Amino acid sequence: MTETLTAPAPETHPRYAIEIDGVGKTYGSGDGAVTALDLVNLDVRKGEFISLLGPSGCGKTTLLRMIAGLEDPTQGSIWLPGRGLDGLGFVFQRDALVNWRTIIENVLLPLEFKGRRTKAAYQRARDLLATFGLAEFEDRNPWELSGGMRQRAAICRAMIDDPQLLLMDEPFGALDALTRDDLNFELQALWPDPEKTAVFVTHSINEAVYLSDRVVVISDKPGRIVDITEIPFERPRPLEIREEPEFGRIARHLRGVLDGHSARRA
Amino acid sequence: MKKNPLAYIPMQVWTIVGIFAVWQACVMVLDIKPIILPPVPKVLGELFGNFGLYLRHGGHTLGNTLIAFAISVVAGVGMAIGIVYSKFLEKTLYTLLVTVNNVPKVALAPLFVIWLGTGNASKIAMGVLISIFAIVIDTVLGLRSLHPDLIDLGRAMRGSEFKVLMKLRLPNAMPSILAGMKVAISLALVGAIVGEFVAAQNGLGFVILSSQGAFRTDRVYASIIVLAAIGTALYYMMEYAEAKLIPWHESRRSHARPTAPSKPAKGPVAQPVASDAKA
Ligand SMILES: Nc1ncnc2c1ncn2[C@@H]1O[C@H](COP(=O)(O)OP(=O)(O)OP(=O)(O)O)[C@@H](O)[C@H]1O
Ligand SMILES: [Mg+2]
Repeated sequence: MTETLTAPAPETHPRYAIEIDGVGKTYGSGDGAVTALDLVNLDVRKGEFISLLGPSGCGKTTLLRMIAGLEDPTQGSIWLPGRGLDGLGFVFQRDALVNWRTIIENVLLPLEFKGRRTKAAYQRARDLLATFGLAEFEDRNPWELSGGMRQRAAICRAMIDDPQLLLMDEPFGALDALTRDDLNFELQALWPDPEKTAVFVTHSINEAVYLSDRVVVISDKPGRIVDITEIPFERPRPLEIREEPEFGRIARHLRGVLDGHSARRA
Repeated sequence: MKKNPLAYIPMQVWTIVGIFAVWQACVMVLDIKPIILPPVPKVLGELFGNFGLYLRHGGHTLGNTLIAFAISVVAGVGMAIGIVYSKFLEKTLYTLLVTVNNVPKVALAPLFVIWLGTGNASKIAMGVLISIFAIVIDTVLGLRSLHPDLIDLGRAMRGSEFKVLMKLRLPNAMPSILAGMKVAISLALVGAIVGEFVAAQNGLGFVILSSQGAFRTDRVYASIIVLAAIGTALYYMMEYAEAKLIPWHESRRSHARPTAPSKPAKGPVAQPVASDAKA
């Protein structure tokens, strides 16, 4: 006879892509313990683009890494409905391209890891690179590309397996303002997409507002969510929306929240 | 303006010619006895007059060296992988290797002859024993020094540990492995010669030892010249392997080489910052 334990019926259309429930993270123990995050609750909707904004050291990277399963929370739980960790693409702060592979070979790496590299995949990688303006660079070596081009390639690599969830840790942090604008524009053009959810870490208020459906502000010591702001702009979004009064109003609000929480430290 | 045709001869050739010239000058000016240092023409005459002999014995030594080297590479990389992935092997095998490495291995050569006889096996074993450690150490280092970002990348891509090894750790370790191989190939040659010194009827080590017994200093020098040629050839073989296998490494890209100063610099040239110190 079977036990009465039955798995809950799988949700066929989960509303959320990420469910973060009472998550905390403490590094080390005893006197040297550092609480990076404390009691974080956040449900990220499917198809949503969400940004994490906060002062340096507040735990943004920690949260992103926990979502990606690269680190375990010390409290609470994180649940990814859908394909779970298998449907995940990660873009690192430093692009993490491998030097021994050409650009297109870098992009194909995740598929090789999953044993799903095919002729069709190769074509898909080429198309993806072309979308990000790297068509002529697919056979170049990573070190022959500029920082912005490398970061684009890293995004292509994260997207090659058509992830449901794209996690990006300050991918444009090291780029100049113009290149950053370009990449922001290319990135926002991927949405709306009901099948793709993104969590984007940044220090830039403008970048967060421009890209996101919601901006989450985290305070530091310990890291807590102190504000969540909905961004109402329609997509696609031209870069010019950043000149609109509404954009300025939201940016000022976020600036106020950030300043309020860093003033306490001073 | 016409360039002097001599200018087309590479610097390396001039260096070798220079060594011979100094050698010959010493012999003539200091009036050194041929038993200590024979004149250049005598040695070169012996070398080319008996070229078949040197070719045969040189080939013999080279063969043992290459076999020992190949065994060292395969076994050394295999052990390194085991050591990196297994705490147990790290504590046992790695400790054992470090201990053995601290014994002057040359002292073990007579033992190998007792165990394996006076044939090729004892020479190959000696070559492996001397050279394998460089490969194990450098490979372990290379496999371990995968950048944390790339470790995360491997985990985020959710492949098996085998995929991480094949697609990230090993390629990442290639520069280290090749650095170890460069050292190992000359050590394998040392091992083969030491083995021949102890007991042999073949090989350059044997020729050197028996010529010394017969006071044929010219033969000793001729053998050393052949050995130098073999050693150099092996080194360039590894350089070539590097160029083919890790063209992506910082040390092999063109900007890694300091641009040649327009006038030959006096004194040592500063190490370029970009080049990998280990390579
Ligand atoms: N592996 C670790 N061991 C110990 N402490 C850590 C570790 N990783 C992060 N921390 C600590 O956790 C806190 C949050 O770090 P985290 O990297 O998440 O910040 P961040 O918000 O991403 O900062 P930044 O904007 O500068 O990247 C910091 O105080 C940091 O010192
Ligand atoms: Mg960070």
